[in-house]
Amino acid sequence: MSVETLLFDPKVVTEFSRKQQEPEWMLQFRLQALQDAAKLPLPKVEKTNINRWNFTNFIPYTEEAPVEGLSQLPEEIRELIFDGEEANVLVQKNSSVIFRQAAEQLAEKGVIFTDLATAAREHEELVKKYFMTEAVKKDEHKLTALHAALFSGGVFLYVPRNVELEMPLQSLFWLSGAETGMLPHILIVAETSSRVDFVANYVAERDSQAAVSNSVIEVFVGQNAQVRVATINNLSQSAVDVTYRRSIVHKDGRLEWIVADLSDGRVISDNTTHLQGEGGNVNVKTVAVGTGEMRANITSSIHHWGRHTASDINARSVMTDEASSILNSITKIEKGASKSDGQQSGKVLMLNPKARGDANPILLIDENDVSAGHAASVGRIDPLQLYYLMSRGIPRKQAEKLIIFGFLDAVISEIPSDTLQKRIHRVIERKFQS
Amino acid sequence: MSTSPKLTIKDLRVSIDDREILKGVNLEVKGGEVHAIMGPNGTGKSTLASALMGHPRYEVTGGEVTLDGQDVLEMEVDERARAGLFLAMQYPSEVSGVTNSDFLRSAINAKRGEGNEISLMKFIRQLDEKMALLEMDEKFAHRYLNEGFSGGEKKRNEILQMMMLQPRIAILDEIDSGLDIDALKVVAKGVNSMLSPELGVLIITHYQRLLNYIKPDFVHVFMQGRIVKSGGPELAERLEAEGYDWVKEELGIEDETVGLKA
Ligand SMILES: Nc1ncnc2c1ncn2[C@@H]1O[C@H](COP(=O)(O)OP(=O)(O)OP(=O)(O)O)[C@@H](O)[C@H]1O
Ligand SMILES: [Mg+2]
Repeated sequence: MSVETLLFDPKVVTEFSRKQQEPEWMLQFRLQALQDAAKLPLPKVEKTNINRWNFTNFIPYTEEAPVEGLSQLPEEIRELIFDGEEANVLVQKNSSVIFRQAAEQLAEKGVIFTDLATAAREHEELVKKYFMTEAVKKDEHKLTALHAALFSGGVFLYVPRNVELEMPLQSLFWLSGAETGMLPHILIVAETSSRVDFVANYVAERDSQAAVSNSVIEVFVGQNAQVRVATINNLSQSAVDVTYRRSIVHKDGRLEWIVADLSDGRVISDNTTHLQGEGGNVNVKTVAVGTGEMRANITSSIHHWGRHTASDINARSVMTDEASSILNSITKIEKGASKSDGQQSGKVLMLNPKARGDANPILLIDENDVSAGHAASVGRIDPLQLYYLMSRGIPRKQAEKLIIFGFLDAVISEIPSDTLQKRIHRVIERKFQS
Repeated sequence: MSTSPKLTIKDLRVSIDDREILKGVNLEVKGGEVHAIMGPNGTGKSTLASALMGHPRYEVTGGEVTLDGQDVLEMEVDERARAGLFLAMQYPSEVSGVTNSDFLRSAINAKRGEGNEISLMKFIRQLDEKMALLEMDEKFAHRYLNEGFSGGEKKRNEILQMMMLQPRIAILDEIDSGLDIDALKVVAKGVNSMLSPELGVLIITHYQRLLNYIKPDFVHVFMQGRIVKSGGPELAERLEAEGYDWVKEELGIEDETVGLKA
């Protein structure tokens, strides 16, 4: 294939791969993906037309200078990091990891917490084994291929066998400037009987220009391991925000996803879990809050392969102004996954006559001996609830806010940090003020 | 305001879906007084309570209501509450995700106004105190508002709200229905603890039983969307003993409900 038909210049890709000192195989992988990206179609996203969204027009690599400490970050960015000086955190601005700090004990326990390029050099076998091999593959569609070609920064988190971490690890991805691209890849491997909480924040300055975030998170939950991952996306109205989250849960592993989609632009938020081993368990909680002309497609899929596996999807979305969101919940119980249980609930609350929302529950069951259930609703604020709250003296606006936050509470209250919960509250509150 | 409250209802007419339910209600409730409204099912008692509070489904088509001389019917629901009106509802809503205590604190602060919010310590102290008096388990403070509460627990929660909000006029719509005898005593204890010249109470009930614990000064019989007879506590006792037939006979009423004509 000739250079002209590629979406990005392979010279640029080669240059930044070298700059990040990646191993040769990674560069070759990128160049191959770049070719794939030109050929592959966009993903099929149920019930949302994404043909005119901007996935390709951005600057693929923007190098940023490191900072000495968290205090050098602007307030609106820093406030998303919790645990202060104690934080185990990695901060990426555009293409570069600009700050990282981690407690000594982590390394002592054998935990790896670093950017992906460093991991590829220092832990090549591990990265080679898990990186875009099993969970997300580069040639699924144009967006995964673009990601594979252009990812930068990112996180590699490795938790060895029997290591249980009390304090959550955090990462913050800061998209800044006009027409910038940010493509972090997060790879989490939790070995047998380990436990870890991870938080990823994606944030843009409030008045940033058209930009693209194309992020992938791969999570491997080992036998009997417990993993909780919370992602909070808060990009601006002109941004296209794509996140593919994919996880594989082994025998008796437990995984919890908490997904907050607060971006105001175009959002593809995909979350797929394979319950591979017997007795695996996944709990997916998603919230979306849309203002302006936000368009979001939020899809949570679970594949039950192992016997005695259990899943629960709880998706909530609040749409105001002319925002629109589609919540797809897909539970697939494969043949042989007997005694499995799949539950899902999708609820949309619309605050404005022009807001739109849809909740599509899909159960696909190829095995007899299972239980499954779903609930879906799309509605407006109940006038009787509003009357009840107001009858105690609470003004209408505030009563509405109580009902909205109440509606979202099932998900927000699960975010693994009180401070972060409060900040997210504030972020949402700000959205309703403007 | 430290003056004694006064709620005045004059010739109040209320419709729902173009059907007139209240057909001229007249009543005055003053601070220090306990009024009881009794009457058969479907005669408009809850409609009166709801219309006073400003329920969105009810349309006031005539008459006037004032609280301390202020026009209540002009006010939004929340303004009525902040002016001192409280309604313990027959069927309170459930609100998921909003804890009882967050809700109560919002309500108290809405009344106190910005810059004058109640301190968390003081709030918790008051809440603990009132919940203890109502024999409510502490966990109800952290549960979602009325969600999954039993019928009796909801009623207790209504009284808790009344005690926390300290209204000037309290309307209690069938606060006794579905309560066992112990719960009834507890709820009555809560109401009695609030009686003072600063509070006027209007109790809607079907049973004399409640009135044994909360002594009314005035008893009114409601039929056909209006008060058809008023008297003292002895009226409630006679209704309990003899039912409503004698009232209907005395007044020449055949059908006591609000009727079906538009
Ligand atoms: N929201 C409503 N929609 C339709 N009809 C209503 C509504 N509220 C009240 N009504 C009608 O108005 C009439 C009076 O009802 P209301 O609830 O005021 O009676 P009540 O005296 O409180 O009865 P009960 O003792 O059974 O509580 C009834 O015929 C009732 O069906
Ligand atoms: Mg009633």
